[in-house]
Amino acid sequence: MEIDRVDGRTPNQLRPLACSRGVLNRAHGSASWTQGDTKVLAAVYGPKAGTKKNENPEKACIEVIWKPKTGQSGKLEREYEMILKRTLQSICIVTLNPNTTTSVIVQVVNDDGSLLPCAINAACAALVDAGAPLKHLAVAICCCLAESGYVILDPSKLEEQNMKAFAYLVFPNALTTLPEGGLRVGGEPMEHGIITSVTQGAMSVDDYLHSLERGRAATAKMSAFLQKSLQPLLSDD
Amino acid sequence: MGLPDGSGDLLSEMDGDAFRRLFPLQFYESHFVKSTRPDGRSLTEARETSSALGAVASADGSALVKIGSTTMLAAIKMEVMTPPTESPDEGCIAIDFHMPPICSPTVRPGRPADAAPVVSKQLSDTILSSGLINLKELSLISGKAAWMAYLDIYCLDADGALFDAALLSAVAAFSHLQIPVVSMNDEGKVVVMSEEQGGKEAVNNGKRKLTLSSIPFSLTCILHKKYILADPTAEEESIMETLVTVVLDSSGQLVSLYKPGGPVLAYTSAIQDCVALTRQRARELQAILDEAISGMEVD
Repeated sequence: MEIDRVDGRTPNQLRPLACSRGVLNRAHGSASWTQGDTKVLAAVYGPKAGTKKNENPEKACIEVIWKPKTGQSGKLEREYEMILKRTLQSICIVTLNPNTTTSVIVQVVNDDGSLLPCAINAACAALVDAGAPLKHLAVAICCCLAESGYVILDPSKLEEQNMKAFAYLVFPNALTTLPEGGLRVGGEPMEHGIITSVTQGAMSVDDYLHSLERGRAATAKMSAFLQKSLQPLLSDD
Repeated sequence: MGLPDGSGDLLSEMDGDAFRRLFPLQFYESHFVKSTRPDGRSLTEARETSSALGAVASADGSALVKIGSTTMLAAIKMEVMTPPTESPDEGCIAIDFHMPPICSPTVRPGRPADAAPVVSKQLSDTILSSGLINLKELSLISGKAAWMAYLDIYCLDADGALFDAALLSAVAAFSHLQIPVVSMNDEGKVVVMSEEQGGKEAVNNGKRKLTLSSIPFSLTCILHKKYILADPTAEEESIMETLVTVVLDSSGQLVSLYKPGGPVLAYTSAIQDCVALTRQRARELQAILDEAISGMEVD
């Protein structure tokens, strides 16, 4: 069974990706990430001295500020901030700079679906641009599930609204892991583990596992793209 | 944290309470190898759960839910509104989750807790996407009047697994909900009927209960190394940071699989284990809910 997508893509086809680093002059690291018409700008400032209240001073603290395209931050933005913060915390080596705060500011430039995955990719690229110590990279993708159980990847806003369920998934990018970081594999390759999963809409467990598999396969391509766009930086250093 | 290796010897020398404070992770792990937890539960056992319906007399529906020490008070207030033009035959639900300073030492007065808007958003997403409530049932007169249900959940004691307790309290409050009787007044407006004006004809006779289809039940688990801990306390949540919340509805559909980051990666096997634990827990919660509802009917 085939599904016709509005923009004529195949179910597994991603929208064109674009990533540019160092787009902001004053930020310690910045990146913009584009997936089709969805575009997010991320800036990293820090590490700055001291942590916020209620944070563990023995570890580096990451603060995420989410700026919507228009209007004020609401509950949705606060939830995205929390998810982004926890996701970035899990890829950063937080014990290296104890008692510091790194601010990640995410500005939505245009939202045409898959916004949170796009922002996670942008923030990850900005952290690399800032030279923050990372265990590995993270790649995020949105999988949409149609009524018939069909999975489509990287949906646009229109597709997101018409589908019965969708899942935002973040996987580690195992190709760049530190030698000691890549060892913790429990039966499955490390890139199969999920860093973050956020779902909306009801689906069967099997459908979820199926979209996991599809998401995983697609992130391999995205990992390669992310690494390619970060390559000039890596060879300069 | 330093000294991970020497701590095994320290355990025998040091006072238990001091060890727990200085090496919390090692303290917990020393219990996990014996398949137990400091509070005496097994790894996959949830805390004792209770729910009482009708805790707030002035609300149209309310419930008080306890999971261990975590306490949630949920109350629903119904108001008549004009439905928006894009959905003339649907009502609306507004869900808000509050964490007052009484609930935890980390919440300061004046500054809202970071977790509150996140849980609030998660709750609305879950309740709306599970299809627990058919919004069409909240309609009174198509295009003219519909119900606006304000669901407010107060966390009185935040001892971990906030979302699980909040969702259970929301479901319990909806199952207790008695929709007020409304009538049309002389100006053609729909108003809540007070007891003295019994002569007027009610608009919604016989539709005083909502049908709850596919009730969502959730279980939060901590992933730590190879262990899966069900229903964590606040102390466990602060030490081991990888949380996975699975929500299943009564027909076994996955409503949400929520894992916001965390240092431990979730592999397919761990996800399947969490889903299996949630299935089991959903049956327990269904029984607890049924018991609370039947207790109300006897009264």
